[in-house]
Amino acid sequence: MDIKSAAIFFDILYPEIFLLAVGMFILVVGNVFKNRTLLAYLSLAGLVGALVLTFQQWNAPQSGFYGMVQIDNFSIFFNVIFLSAGIIATLMARDYLRAHGIERFEFYPLILFATVGMMIMASSADLIVIFLGLEIMSIPLYVMAGFFRNDPNSNESSVKYFIMGAFATAFLLYGIALIYGAAGTTDLRRIMTDLGYLVSHSGLFLYSGALLVLIGFGFKVAAVPFHMWVPDVYQGAPTPVTAYFSVAPKAAGFAAILRIFIYGLGGLNELSVIFWILAILTMSVGNLMAIFQTNIKRMLAYSSIAHAGYIMVALSVGGDGAVSASAFYLLAYTFFNLGGFAIVTLINSRSGSTAAIDEMKGMSVRHPFLAALLALFMFALAGFPPTAGFFGKFYLFSEAVKAGYIWLTVIAVMNSFVSVYYYLRVVVVAYFGKADEEFAPVSFKPAIWLVLVITAAGTLILGLLPQFGLQLAQMCMFSFK
Amino acid sequence: MEDRILTLVTFFPLIGAVLLLFVPKERDDSVKSIALIIAFITFLFSLMMYSMFDPVANGMQFEVNIPWISTFGISYHLGIDGISLLLIMLTTILSVIIMISSWNSIKTGVKGYFISMLMLETGMLGVFVSLDLFLFYVFWEAMLIPMYFIIGVWGGPRKIYAAIKFVLFTMFGSLLMLVALLYLMFMYHSFAGEYSFSILDLYKMPIPLGAQTYIFLAFALTFAIKVPIWPFHTWLPDAHVEAPTAGSVILAGVLLKMGTYGFVRICLPMFPEATLQFVPLISILALIGIIYGALVAMVQRDIKSLVAYSSVSHLGFVMLGMMALNVQGLEGSVLQMINHGISTGALFLIVGMLYERRHTRMIADFGGLAKSMPVFSTFFMIASLSSIGLPLTNGFVGEFLILLGVYKANPVYAIIGATGVILAACYMLWMLQRVIFGKITKPENEKLKDLDLREKIILIPLVILIFWIGIYPKPFLERIEPAVKNIVSIVNSSRTASEAGMSKGYKCVGDRCDTHTFTTGGK
Repeated sequence: MDIKSAAIFFDILYPEIFLLAVGMFILVVGNVFKNRTLLAYLSLAGLVGALVLTFQQWNAPQSGFYGMVQIDNFSIFFNVIFLSAGIIATLMARDYLRAHGIERFEFYPLILFATVGMMIMASSADLIVIFLGLEIMSIPLYVMAGFFRNDPNSNESSVKYFIMGAFATAFLLYGIALIYGAAGTTDLRRIMTDLGYLVSHSGLFLYSGALLVLIGFGFKVAAVPFHMWVPDVYQGAPTPVTAYFSVAPKAAGFAAILRIFIYGLGGLNELSVIFWILAILTMSVGNLMAIFQTNIKRMLAYSSIAHAGYIMVALSVGGDGAVSASAFYLLAYTFFNLGGFAIVTLINSRSGSTAAIDEMKGMSVRHPFLAALLALFMFALAGFPPTAGFFGKFYLFSEAVKAGYIWLTVIAVMNSFVSVYYYLRVVVVAYFGKADEEFAPVSFKPAIWLVLVITAAGTLILGLLPQFGLQLAQMCMFSFK
Repeated sequence: MEDRILTLVTFFPLIGAVLLLFVPKERDDSVKSIALIIAFITFLFSLMMYSMFDPVANGMQFEVNIPWISTFGISYHLGIDGISLLLIMLTTILSVIIMISSWNSIKTGVKGYFISMLMLETGMLGVFVSLDLFLFYVFWEAMLIPMYFIIGVWGGPRKIYAAIKFVLFTMFGSLLMLVALLYLMFMYHSFAGEYSFSILDLYKMPIPLGAQTYIFLAFALTFAIKVPIWPFHTWLPDAHVEAPTAGSVILAGVLLKMGTYGFVRICLPMFPEATLQFVPLISILALIGIIYGALVAMVQRDIKSLVAYSSVSHLGFVMLGMMALNVQGLEGSVLQMINHGISTGALFLIVGMLYERRHTRMIADFGGLAKSMPVFSTFFMIASLSSIGLPLTNGFVGEFLILLGVYKANPVYAIIGATGVILAACYMLWMLQRVIFGKITKPENEKLKDLDLREKIILIPLVILIFWIGIYPKPFLERIEPAVKNIVSIVNSSRTASEAGMSKGYKCVGDRCDTHTFTTGGK
């Protein structure tokens, strides 16, 4: 442990503080200032600035707030994911909100605050701080889900998310309490060091606490059987918000799970059984339910459940490899999933759209380039080479094979086989729909182009030249092990 | 040049596809011409490669090996031997031909079609030049995407069903192959202390028989679906019947060969003991395929599905010859891969020409075409006879070598297999009789236009090849021979080793060498 951890050291949280300040500033001037576009740019500048500040912390592990906050490559890698997701969601949101007449300035600070919460979740080495981060993240998300104030679906989405979220938080908190009861501390580092002693003296409390914590995060990452809220919330929320939900809170949940279950409680090998049971359930239910969806947002909701399942395959193996593989996969998933959602946002911005899959009909005739990108993202989600989706899965499953979980890998690839069917169906509709069906044109704005370019580039680069990303992911480790 | 030629041949079509993106989509003719020129230049490059290829040298030629994803020992490793050389030539020739053949038949989405075709060409060539298993897998899978679009967008009435079935069948196998690939990766790591996906490195690794059987099964299933070996063939008739003509030509001509090529390049030399175990099973499935394909072809009413089922039968021969595991059988098998590409490719082109004229492919709708279309009928006759395997045509050389090799290995298989040749004559000649001979029964058939110049240009190269291989196969066989001998010697040395109780250098006591643990394991 270095000396720094014995004091507060605000400077290690510069990116978070900066984001928070920008958010507050927008909240204050937003009431006076009517130019929403400028506020959107301001919020983007905040996110980009935080990204730059975050990059500067790379490879220089620091700790502060009496060891409760830990900035290491692990937290930075995930912070980059959250910030990228925030940037992309903001870019997608502006035109969408305007098209639907709900361009209220509060939206942008909400994204910033939620991002701050996630960053704190990934950077903390203490159960209480993780919980704090989770709450900072969740509350803005509840509001964002209900951003269509006059739409019952959006309200349902918000309320459902809130109630389920609160429910999950209760589990989490109770779990933390039990772990505290067993260990006498919420500091993950101390729990890790004393784990052997703790298991032999208060194993029951520790295990039940760990299970309850896992249930709490299971809700956040949408693992089956804690996934019931996902389809309705995803469908009702504004599409850019859904896109954000499908990536950022999930990555944050996984960051916390990795930090707690591979670092703090990494010695509890028995939990591996729970993880692979969850992995199989999550993959299978997600993929099978996705087949029957006619609404693309619901389909992508189930698909995001399935992707959480793939990550849990690596989690059931544990170890450093699982951390790197999950981190790499989440980064790749951020690009191709947000890319897919960007196209859904475009479709969904047209008036009268309900985001049914059939609305894609005739897309290849009217917008061949857009249809080609849609195909790219769908093939990436399905895990075809040479996209990032393939290499991500390759990396995840290689961890499972390495540890001898061949049967689990076979189940995972069979799931990925099932998923090919429903992802291809979207491509089928976009390409093979009858030529006589008119595809109402979508209006392209520069922002959405930027999103499409970023996500497509990410999807292809991480697929074709993954070496650099791979090296970063392998450096994505906890400090102080 | 030596080290760049493979990259050039493989990726030139892809460069062309990217180039086509920038051509305005209204300008159909420019799109077609550019695609044709690109395919033709690729063909010229491959000719250059052919002339540079040293026929007597042993081992891989034009090797390139650049690290790609070094963390996992994945590299951009290309190289060819005689087997891949001929398959590459077949691919580049057929690609030029299909560009010309699609000139008038594709009316909608011209740009997308030619882009898909060029991407497909890169995918297929990539499979044949890869010496890195990961790279092989990437090309193998990536190739599905353009083919999916070709069937799904420009196909017949049941195109969506056929396209999805095609992708799902192929995916099912290849995902299991992915698991086997990962297993091999760690196995190699614990054997050599480093990661490598190089096929040549993996040849050297001893694999305990128990694990070898499972890995072999995963790879073999993937390839068997692609070949297709009976009973995994059900996707093939659907895909063929629904695909546009050029799609069928490529599917039959090249895509199916990827399966047989996989067996030759990966299954046989990498898992020789497991191969030996499965020789009877695969041979019997191949025999069933030969007979079943022929019998089903006989009762088809649609000429295209007749040709499709004949492919099942012919590919049965290829597999049967391969499983003889001797030089003649394997040589015949590889030559028959090329032959099947030429003659079945020609047949699909001919059926396509017929369809463009009459918009039907039903045998019953034709009759007496020899009178109205003499040139067409001549070509049809030649292609059919080559498909049957008449002496002086390419089919004869291939099937003769296969049956010779199989007879040496197991006479019973050879005798049963030979009936397939007779059945082929039955369905082909009977079809010819009903389509081009006899009286003209339908008034529509009286005034059909005979082949025009473009169509002759398409068919003439194939006819030349049919007779060339039929009369003077030596240049082809001598290029295949070193590669084939190499593979046969690997298999045979493991045969003698396993008879002596050794498993590719490993001494196995009971089942002990079957339990394999990795030294790199995680938690």
